[in-house]
Amino acid sequence: MSVLVLAEHDNASLKDPTLAAVTAAGQLGGDVHVLVAGQGSAAVAEAAAQVAGVAKVLHADDASFANALPENLAPLIVGLMADYDAFVVAATSRGKNVAPRVAAQLDVAQISEILSVEGPDTFTRPIYAGNAIATVKSADAKKVLTVRGTAFAKAAATGGAASVEAVSAAGASEKASFVGAELTSSARPELTGAKIIVSGGRALGSADKFHEFIDPLADKLGAAVGASRAAVDAGYAPNDYQVGQTGKIVAPELYVAVGISGAIQHLAGMKDSKIIVAINKDEEAPIFQVADIGLVGDLFTLLPELTGKL
Amino acid sequence: MKVLVPVKRVVDYNVKVRVKADGTGVDLANVKMSMNPFDEIAVEEAIRLKEKGIVTEIVVVSIGVQQATETLRTALAMGADRGILVTTDQVTESLAVAKVLAKIVEEEAPGLVILGKQAIDDDANQTGQMLAGLLGWPQGTFASKVAPEGDSVHVTREIDGGLETVALTLPAVVTTDLRLNEPRYASLPNIMKAKSKPIAAKTPADYGVDMTPRLSVLKVVEPSKRQAGVKVKTVDELVEKLKVLGAVA
Ligand SMILES: Cc1cc2nc3c(=O)[nH]c(=O)nc-3n(C[C@H](O)[C@H](O)[C@H](O)COP(=O)(O)OP(=O)(O)OC[C@H]3O[C@@H](n4cnc5c(N)ncnc54)[C@H](O)[C@@H]3O)c2cc1C
Ligand SMILES: Nc1ncnc2c1ncn2[C@@H]1O[C@H](COP(=O)(O)O)[C@@H](O)[C@H]1O
Repeated sequence: MSVLVLAEHDNASLKDPTLAAVTAAGQLGGDVHVLVAGQGSAAVAEAAAQVAGVAKVLHADDASFANALPENLAPLIVGLMADYDAFVVAATSRGKNVAPRVAAQLDVAQISEILSVEGPDTFTRPIYAGNAIATVKSADAKKVLTVRGTAFAKAAATGGAASVEAVSAAGASEKASFVGAELTSSARPELTGAKIIVSGGRALGSADKFHEFIDPLADKLGAAVGASRAAVDAGYAPNDYQVGQTGKIVAPELYVAVGISGAIQHLAGMKDSKIIVAINKDEEAPIFQVADIGLVGDLFTLLPELTGKL
Repeated sequence: MKVLVPVKRVVDYNVKVRVKADGTGVDLANVKMSMNPFDEIAVEEAIRLKEKGIVTEIVVVSIGVQQATETLRTALAMGADRGILVTTDQVTESLAVAKVLAKIVEEEAPGLVILGKQAIDDDANQTGQMLAGLLGWPQGTFASKVAPEGDSVHVTREIDGGLETVALTLPAVVTTDLRLNEPRYASLPNIMKAKSKPIAAKTPADYGVDMTPRLSVLKVVEPSKRQAGVKVKTVDELVEKLKVLGAVA
């Protein structure tokens, strides 16, 4: 058995979700190789070579990989998969974008967002917004898996000494090109990797209030900021703050839900957090059914008080 | 340009499903079923493109049990022009669905296929990407903006760090994210009109696709339950509890 893991990176540094994917890949048994496809991404390949448990790094450096377009990545990966039994990638927006394209071209059913490896062909995964966990067994000769980052420990970023081998690009597709990106810039920790998260909901009422009340508490705690879909839809917070079934899946040490009712779809994204605190004026709000500590009352008075007392 | 919109019949998003006691699956008896919410957004987007004069015909397709006709009727009542129902009693895995869709694409030759990014029952998030892979078409997934112009389309995508825009040559596959639009409700006259819109009856065999699942479900269990904790009355109590739990210094 040998496993190919696709690295998540921004051409400058290797991103943490890769480390969870390496752990999952290791549990399949056999050699773990990491593919770094990017442009000007030598530092990423070097970082990947240091990850504990990685036997080899394949480095494809080409302009066509600069923005991780699946039209360019899939042919590269499909070509390499002749030598591998499994393809593993973190279930990030990039991973989810490319893996099914690869799976279809390999004629394999992808297994999405695995939570555990029960055997070389058997995995658990969430269905129905995490309200059920299915154990599935694959009949395909090759496996294509996306890995839920919160479900696997991160492989150590150092301690490994893999060789780096250059591989060549398969040629750029003429059908897709990158136009531009608007990335949310924040000095705060990244949401999916954060130890503490403060999330705001519809109750905040405006983007200004969201900043005025959520930000100081997040600053005090060194926390990342998240949001419910209602808050994002209303424009109080950017789309990449959304936590939930169709947003980001998080599992921090501490999750503070402020003015969030606790819809099934929101709970799907945060109910594996270690400690959940909820502040809501409605004592019947479903969020209290999962909260370790609930505080009933008006957030506009409670939040400044809490920020002051921490 | 013709647009193809695949719509899936799923458990309504308001239903909290229950896992069957024998661990074979979730209990779907007498549960409200609806169109997958992301597919409503896909249908809406197609209708808006038609209203702008970019799209000439909207074909909706569903693969599943006979009752998926209702899902197609809903799409027709919103404003789609005709439907294709591919009936099967098998579990509809994304790969097999993508294969059926690829055959329909060959027959219908749409300029765009707009799918939901994810079905809220299997939460697979695969079918659109698989279809694009099978067809060798470019893909714009998790779209929050779709702007066709001439023989290409600009798609703004919701990604982990924010937004990005890609330019795709038509024909292309697009999958919808939640903020692309707000789907309309079908009006009563349109619901009546939809009753006479055509739905073609097909089977996977008509397209030469084997629906046999590649994955067998060994068991389905409930996730470990969280115990509801305590309610505190004051901020002081909250701070105290957080300190005891070691959550804050
Ligand atoms: C297909 C689909 C996917 C979805 N995916 C997601 C997802 O990924 N993530 C997500 O979050 N949602 C998702 N949703 C939406 C979800 O169903 C809910 O609508 C949403 O989570 C509600 O957000 P909210 O809790 O902020 O708003 P509301 O439900 O309106 O709750 C606001 C809460 O604030 C409280 N409140 C009001 N004023 C105050 C005050 N002054 N002080 C204290 N408390 C106050 C109220 O009591 C209430 O409980 C999805 C929905 C669909 C259909
Ligand atoms: N059985 C089906 N019939 C019609 N469309 C489907 C079906 N399954 C999936 N789709 C489409 O593919 C999208 C993604 O589904 P999935 O890959 O299962 O998460 C859905 O939002 C639908 O647009």
